[in-house]
This record gives sequence, structure tokens and C-alpha cells, in this order.
Amino acid sequence: MKEEDRLQERPPIEDFLRMDRIPHIWCPGCGIGTVVTSFAEALKKSELDLDKVAILSGIGCTGRVAGYVKLDSIHTTHGRALPVATGLKLANPELKVVVFSGDGDIAGIGGNHFIHAARRNMDILIICVNNFNYAMTGGQVAATTPIDANASTAPYGNFEYPFSLPYLAEASGATYVARWTALHLRRVTKSIQEALGKRGFSFIEVITPCVTLYARRNRLGDGLNLLKYYYEKSEIQHGADTRTLDISYQGKLIVGKFVDKEKPTFLDCMNEHLGKVLGDKYQPYGVYHDGD
Amino acid sequence: MSKFVTLNGNQTIGEAARQIDPDVIAAYPITPSTAIVETIAKFKADGLISGEFVCPESEHSAMSLCIGAASAGGRVMTATASQGLALMWEMLYIAAGLRLPIVAAIANRSLSAPINIHGDHSDTMGARDSGWIQIYSENCQEAYDNFIQAFRIAEHLDVRTPVLVGLDGFIISHSMEVIQVEDDAEVKKFIGEYKSLYPLLDSKVKMTVGPIDFTDYYFEHKRNQLEGIENAPQVIEEVGKEFGKKFGREYGFFEGYRLDDAELCIVAMSSAAGTCKDAIDELRSEGKRVGLLKPRIFRPFPHQRISEALIKMKAVAVLDRSSSPGAFGAPLFTEIRSALYDYEERPKITNYVYGLGGRDIKIEHFKEVTDDLEKIAETGKVEKVYSYINLRE
Repeated sequence: MKEEDRLQERPPIEDFLRMDRIPHIWCPGCGIGTVVTSFAEALKKSELDLDKVAILSGIGCTGRVAGYVKLDSIHTTHGRALPVATGLKLANPELKVVVFSGDGDIAGIGGNHFIHAARRNMDILIICVNNFNYAMTGGQVAATTPIDANASTAPYGNFEYPFSLPYLAEASGATYVARWTALHLRRVTKSIQEALGKRGFSFIEVITPCVTLYARRNRLGDGLNLLKYYYEKSEIQHGADTRTLDISYQGKLIVGKFVDKEKPTFLDCMNEHLGKVLGDKYQPYGVYHDGD
Repeated sequence: MSKFVTLNGNQTIGEAARQIDPDVIAAYPITPSTAIVETIAKFKADGLISGEFVCPESEHSAMSLCIGAASAGGRVMTATASQGLALMWEMLYIAAGLRLPIVAAIANRSLSAPINIHGDHSDTMGARDSGWIQIYSENCQEAYDNFIQAFRIAEHLDVRTPVLVGLDGFIISHSMEVIQVEDDAEVKKFIGEYKSLYPLLDSKVKMTVGPIDFTDYYFEHKRNQLEGIENAPQVIEEVGKEFGKKFGREYGFFEGYRLDDAELCIVAMSSAAGTCKDAIDELRSEGKRVGLLKPRIFRPFPHQRISEALIKMKAVAVLDRSSSPGAFGAPLFTEIRSALYDYEERPKITNYVYGLGGRDIKIEHFKEVTDDLEKIAETGKVEKVYSYINLRE
């Protein structure tokens, strides 16, 4: 295919994007766009009614997703996507609510909301793009930066313990937990599709290259070099104990689906409890059935 | 010896922080103030700062950390902007209520929603009743000078009140400028040693900071808190004069530009004042008697000094880079209009909101304002008290 023909070609997920907002702001080699593509694919395959899917982002590079996808979306403030998503879900339980945001947003400034949404088993899917730093503001050290990795506010390396996000998610109460890298696109798609079909708090971490900041500051090369690292150092271990998933600097990346269980959601618990206490006086809230 | 260095606004704050070397620096990244933290992080990594440098998980945590460190008796600073300052809001009141002399550099930026990263004064104006002293800077040099003076003002025993220093986001924070950086030892000498009156680290005295205080004494304590900010004007003046004596750049409560023989006056803070000065030079060459009053201190508001400077004008235009929805004019305007109320003979006054979300203000806009002022002076009538500059409607 000729170059100009290729440029004319419509992107396969065009229907899913606000094309007037494209080109996007993400750097060449960044992994966020590929995760968005996976999400679009998963949505298509899930055959969900797109009018009933809402997506929320916080602030940061991944935070821009809410502005690019052609779905009802809210671009919230830094760290607050989850409480806003909780409000959205509870006001309209019929919606499939997805939070699409970065590690700094979800595990850093929004960490408190993360553990509490998981604790309540809110019926929300979180796709967390983890690039190991606060990329939008210039690559500062984050709650996920591996020990010894450099960042703009840790110029000689990080010495703080990072979070292992799948462990945090499971310990807090999540019912679906998976981790992949930007290399595992088909698996990311499959995981998202699977989680979209589930009820409860689902968490998918996708480790992606941040070429401009994390890779450059650590002299790790370009996006391809990082994908090679994922290729060489990632190991699929479905059902692995989430306590074993720590990520060391350029070390092994254990990926896979770690948790997939059923547990009553926040609304299930509320309806059950109040039904028990109030008896016939209580009208269950937010119960929808197919064909309603 | 002082030297001339090319730095942007964020770097000047970083440079001042290196010279001051506070005991604890805690800050969270946010555009456009992030580079302040990055500059400091590099200094720390290179061993040029001996104080602690911490990267907390949010601005709320950063200010909380500053409060802890200041309660322990440390000299403490932070830097933030916009949503970051908004997130600190709860702790700002606590820092002021506990009379902790924390200093914060704020790269002034608009507030969400919608999301905008560019400069206006909505963030610090939102904090104007928090009890903090507020200083605004026109350029990088002023940001540097103000930041150094801020420690002296905050830590003065009669004041002991936190101070924030505003520099316009991007316009100043990211603009390179040749600034005069003073000698490290001279800056240290100017700042002096900081000794907290009631440090929690004093193991001989057992003390609780910020306990419950209901209907019995809360009111009295809040009244007492005001003493710090009420004593501030004298200290601000002394420190500004001493700074001038030592480093050759004197500071007061405001700067007047071609004000002495002016009949018309534009009031504008921060970077817009620089543009306004150029506009005034051009207008003066056309024979228009217009001047600029650039407030430097917004809290405590120097109402008497500013009124005295404005009272002889025929017409005054107050330019605000923030709005106060539902109020009778924007923050700077309501202060000035209220300050002029006690005078029987007072100028006609009008308010313009400009530059929200970083919208440009140019020389031509100041000329349009001057045209309006001329008309007001001529007719004695203010047709529109509140209007906007460079806005599509």
C-alpha cells in the first residue's frame, strides 16, 4: 500500500473515537493508544449498548482518554475519577461504568478512593495504565516507580517502596484482577472483554512504555526497547499469588489474571441488608434485568 | 557577590529555595509549578540542599506535611498551583490558624472546570480568606525577591503567619529572564536563623497543637489569630526597605508607575502590570495622563495606602485576573471600591475581568481601557461597572 493511501485509510476504531480531537497528545512509542485500541475492540466484542457505557478519567496522560472516546464521559480532577464514577453508577445503576486512568491518578493522589471503591465492591471496571511515573507533568517519582529507577524528582533513583497494584486491589476487595503489558494486546482485549461482562470491582493494570520521560531518564531506549523488555521479562502466571507480584527495576514482570471471583456488589449488599431490616417496606434499588 | 543569571520563574524560586535551604520542602507535581519541585529535587540530589525533600501523594498531604514540619519547629516551604492549592484549602486554614510560618510559591493558574493549565489568579483569590499573607510578582526578579522576603515576613515574631508568593503561571513561571541572584551568604544573612517559639520537638514542654476549641474560646482565638496579619504591614514595610538597602531593590505595598501627575489610573497586579507599563509609555507620548498602580500585597490589603494613592484620580479602572461569581465585582475591585468609600471626594471606578485561563492581555487592551477612563472622566458617569477584556460574546 502506498504511503498516501495508508494515510487516507480510516482507523479501524474510528467510530469509537472523537475524530475531531485527533491527533492525540500521546508521544510516539507511548502505550496508552494501544490500550485504548484494546478497549475499543473489547467493547465491540462485548456487544454492549454503547449508550449505556460511561467512561471516566482523572488527570494525566491517560486522563485524556475520556476526551477522545465517543462515549458519555467525564474528565474529572486529579485522583477523583473513582468517587465520581461511584456517584454515576449509583445514580444510574444501569450504566456500565469504566474508569480509565493512570497509576499516578489511581494509586497516587487517588489511592484512598481506590481502596474504598474496592472495599465496597462497587460495580466499576478500572483500566489502569501504569507507566511508572507522573508523565504528564514531566516524569516525577510516583507511587509505582520501581526502586532505583530515576525520575525528575528522584534524579539519583527512587528509594521509596512502590505499590504492587494487583496486590493492593485484591487486598482491598477487588473481584477481578489482571495485569498485562502493552505487548500483550490480545490478552488486554480479552481481559477487558471478560471484565466488562462481570459485576463488581474489576481492576486491570496495563504496564506501558513512557518513552519521553521514564525511558529517556533511565536510558532505556525507545518504545520498541521497552516492548522487548516486556517480551523478555514477562511471564504469564494465571492465578499467581498477588503477594508475589512486586516489580523491581527492569526486573521480571509477572502478568496474567490473578483474581476472578464473585461477591455481592455494594448495591447487592445494600438491597439485601435493607430488605432484611425493613422487610416489605423496602423497594430494592438499581435492580435491572435483561429485557427491562 | 550578586550575579546575573538567566532563569525562568520556577527556577528562580528553586534558586531562592537553595539559598534559603529550608528544613523541610514537601511538594506534589502540578503544572505550571512542577519545575520548582524538580529544580529543588536536583539541588537536593546534588547535595546543595541540606533540608529534607519529600514527594507526598497529593497537595493535601504536602500541606499537611508542611504543617507537621512547621509544628516541629522547622522552616518549611512548598510550591503548587491551581487545583493543587484548591486541594490544600482545608490545610491552608489550619496553617494560618496554628500561626505556622510556612511559605508557598504559587504559579497562578486557572481552576477547573473546564480544565485549563494557563495563568490567572482564581487559585490564590480562592484562598484569600484563608488567613495567608499574599504577595504577587510582576516578573522573575520580583518572584525571587518576594520569595526571600516572604520567609522574613512569615517568621517575624509579631507576624508568624504563612505567606504565599504568586507568580503568573507560564507567563512568569516558564519565561526566561535575566535576574540578579544575590550572594548565597548574603541571602542567608538576610533571612537569619529561624527559631520557632513553641516547637513540638522541645521535649521539655508537652503540648498539643490544634485541639478542640468550642463556644468557650474559639472566637477569642480566631480574633487573636488576626493580630499576626494586622502586624504584618509594618513588618512587610521594614523587610521591603531592608531588602532595598541590602540588595538595591526596595519593595513596598504597591508600585506606582507614572502615577504622580496621573488623572486616570489602571490598577493591575502581576505580569499584566509589565504590559501595562509599555501601554502607559505609549499613551503618555500621546499626551494622556494615565498611570499604573500595581498592588504587590493583596493580604493584608493595604487599603489606606492604596486609597491615598488613588484618591486624586478622576477615574480608576481595576483589572482583575479572576472573577467572583455573584459578587459586586471581582476581588481586587471590591477591596479598592470599599477602601474608597470613606472619602467624600473619590474617583469614579470601574472593573474589568481579563485573562481568565491565560487569555492574552495586550497593549491595545490597556488603550481601550484608557479610552473608557477618559470618557468616564469627561462625563462623570460610569456606564458599565463590570466588564470583560478580550472576551468573545
